[in-house]
Amino acid sequence: MSVTFLGMPADRPFPRNAARAVRDSQLRFNLRKATRTIRARRASVVAEAPDWAGLREAGRAIKEHTLRNLDRYLMQLEEAVTAAGGHVHWAADAAEANRIVADLVKATGETEVVKVKSMATQEIGLNEALLEHGVTAYETDLAELIVQLGDDRPSHILVPAIHRNRAEIREIFAEHMSGWGRPAPGDLTDDPEALAEAARLHLRERFLKTKVAISGANFAIAETGTMVVLESEGNGRMCLTLPRTLISVVGIEKVLPSWRDLEVFLQLLPRSSTGERMNPYTSMWTGAAEGQEFHLVLLDNGRTRVLADEVGRQALRCIRCSACLNVCPVYERTGGHAYGSVYPGPIGAILTPQLRGMGSELDRSLPYASSLCGACYDVCPVAIDIPSVLVDLRARARHPWPERAGMAAAGWVFERPGRLAGLQRAGGRLRRLVPRRLPGPLAGWTDTRDLPEVPRESFREWWDRTDGGRR
Amino acid sequence: MSSRDLILARVRRALAGVPDVEITRAYRGPSPAPGDIRLFEERVRDYRAVVHVVDEAGTAGQVARSLAGRGARRVVVPGGFPPRWLAAEGAEAVADDPPLSAADLDAVDGVLTTCAVAIAETGTIVLDAGPGQGRRALTLVPDYHLCVVRAAQIVAAVPDAVARLDPARPLTWISGPSATSDIELNRVEGVHGPRTLEVLIVT
Amino acid sequence: MRVALFVTCVNDTLFPDTGRAVVRLLRRLGVEADFPRAQTCCGQMHANTGYRDEAVRLARRGVAALRGYDAVVVPSGSCAAMIREQYPKLAGTRGPFADAVARVVPRTYELTEFLVDVLGVTDVGAYFPHRVTYHPTCHSLRGLHLGDRPLTLLRQVKGLELVPLPGAEECCGFGGTFALKNADVSAAMCADKVRAVLDTGAEVLCAADNSCLMHIGGMLGRQKSGVRVMHLAEILCSTETAGVR
Repeated sequence: MSVTFLGMPADRPFPRNAARAVRDSQLRFNLRKATRTIRARRASVVAEAPDWAGLREAGRAIKEHTLRNLDRYLMQLEEAVTAAGGHVHWAADAAEANRIVADLVKATGETEVVKVKSMATQEIGLNEALLEHGVTAYETDLAELIVQLGDDRPSHILVPAIHRNRAEIREIFAEHMSGWGRPAPGDLTDDPEALAEAARLHLRERFLKTKVAISGANFAIAETGTMVVLESEGNGRMCLTLPRTLISVVGIEKVLPSWRDLEVFLQLLPRSSTGERMNPYTSMWTGAAEGQEFHLVLLDNGRTRVLADEVGRQALRCIRCSACLNVCPVYERTGGHAYGSVYPGPIGAILTPQLRGMGSELDRSLPYASSLCGACYDVCPVAIDIPSVLVDLRARARHPWPERAGMAAAGWVFERPGRLAGLQRAGGRLRRLVPRRLPGPLAGWTDTRDLPEVPRESFREWWDRTDGGRR
Repeated sequence: MSSRDLILARVRRALAGVPDVEITRAYRGPSPAPGDIRLFEERVRDYRAVVHVVDEAGTAGQVARSLAGRGARRVVVPGGFPPRWLAAEGAEAVADDPPLSAADLDAVDGVLTTCAVAIAETGTIVLDAGPGQGRRALTLVPDYHLCVVRAAQIVAAVPDAVARLDPARPLTWISGPSATSDIELNRVEGVHGPRTLEVLIVT
Repeated sequence: MRVALFVTCVNDTLFPDTGRAVVRLLRRLGVEADFPRAQTCCGQMHANTGYRDEAVRLARRGVAALRGYDAVVVPSGSCAAMIREQYPKLAGTRGPFADAVARVVPRTYELTEFLVDVLGVTDVGAYFPHRVTYHPTCHSLRGLHLGDRPLTLLRQVKGLELVPLPGAEECCGFGGTFALKNADVSAAMCADKVRAVLDTGAEVLCAADNSCLMHIGGMLGRQKSGVRVMHLAEILCSTETAGVR
């Protein structure tokens, strides 16, 4: 089986990446501030919706129903888009999707494209692939621009530059904008408004002259062939509206059955994602709108493999809102790079190992990148039971032998109450010999925490000695 | 085998024997009740857009005042915009006929439109390229957008708007001026779209 | 009513005071709990670390030990959640194991659920003259949805001053083997929890789960903070006459 590419190198396991990240105090500070801001905003606009539970259940059910009839809805979507003057392409994996897009761009004779932020194109590494064909892709979303100019990697689904604070962003703009187009103003400050203004000026000319745009889509309506893109800045509208040719790369799980279904998702997504009642701009178009040439590339890239998994397929309900990242205590402390995938955080921990398989040490470690605290499940607008999928993936991971030995020993002890009692008695006698620092993997505990004192007598022994306290 | 057939075959294999699920819609659906004008006004303001409530007779005057206050001299006015809402003197109305280039649009001082529907709960206006709204680029490239909303166009919530709109038309949902939360997740208004959104509600 | 105490392996082995407190508290409220001797561990550690076969074996043993009782009381949010949420998944829908699970699960109560919902008691007649803050723990909060049951019980304790814990709903970073497999992240989470506890000025940190308390308490102890950790059962068991631990 071919290895699914997910836009990032996967070399070190999560705990090692995480250990480095938690020691980066600047990163910790940036993430803490940002995740707490968005968490509070989401909580307040969700609390405001009196029928949130009903919307969430409908969102879950619509997505689940779509997945169970995915072949039918994909064909319906294809037919509707084609009838409206669009062209539909099917890509089994990242390489095929990249080849299709590169060929479409080359057919226009252009060597530059503008891009709307899209997870699917991140996932397949489209920018790098286009460069090999002599095509330069310009990211236009502010956060993507920060990442592209800084030669960095995205660390969040919604806000790829969440790991950067305003001072760092100012530095990146001042230093690198000139290499990509209009330079930043000489007196650029780290005021967010000034930074947004610098991005506006830098990209303005490019929007007005570029002939080809590439986007993803948040939703694709099978019934009508309508594509839906939610955004904030207007860069999306620029890309979707002005260029002559528009190419949208969309994961096959993004399809929704009917136009009406948007009444659910246009409420769930903005409130979960940016914590707004509604995002500033949503564009919807059907086929070749206003005389544009429109291409839809439907992407599998491992999704059908996930679909085959009884427990794991619920990950395909994901609408990429990133509420689970924002609320995750692990993500808050490690940031997104530690996950080694364009899909970080709790959803990444279940999606990446399923899309990519668990061949690498990193991908085997991802299902363990969680304390199973359940906060992700609580906020998920389509009720993906992330903890359950994590546990299910853990059961399929290959485990290191010292752990296997430890677990087997513990299992053996718990198999018989007499064995447990014997161990407890031995512990009671040797209690003074327990060292303050433990060796090997157990040192992880004693480096920062004391061990509990082993009691002289277990509960079991007390019960027997006193007849449950009655003697 | 084409990739299309391959993907569809994989989907069918993955779903063999998997039962369907029922969809329950236990949420507020479309209702015949009109949207709350005051709520719409308040919610649009929450996005730091400028809002005025005027009556039919006062509309032309407020349009003129808003454009003058902005210092807008040349303003794009799409075909089908009600002439009664345009004052005789004041700003120059630029027509999109023949279609203006992106550079032309970048050079005007603003755009004046109507809308297709507005949503009270979320403070959203939706444009569908109908009369008085024009093609999508008109409300995108200029830095200032003045939108006239008739009170009867205001619906209560998102499901009402979805029910009223025609998906075959290109739709743009606008909730406040262009904004970003990409810097430390703080909302900043004004990036690539119009940095100033002004809404006139005609009662 | 025949009531079984599922004390949990952690309490049995490391925190017998909690088990004793539950027995005494229930006795004070007129309930004689039985301690089925065949019980060992619910299997949570194995299940959550990816050792499903071992977890199934332990779950079988667990339900066999607890069969035949009208109620099973568990003084641990995460072990109660393991039985209620994961046993049905491990057992499937058919067979004697599934039948046994179907009988035991609806009768399984976390301690505060048993006190408030089954016995209908919120004032257990306890006395504990200390400044206490309460950490709700993830599985109690988001798994079992204990809500304000523990706080309701604590508010009725005479002499007790309850101070709110900022960011209470956030995980302490224990997560079973997570604390070892991702020790750095776990310690970073714990450090934030410890800071929040110290900020309250409480003398005692209370929770309904000794695993989380072992984790937070381990760091409080290492830092020589002077803050004690106590299981909720031990506070509820304390009275004026019995003295305070």
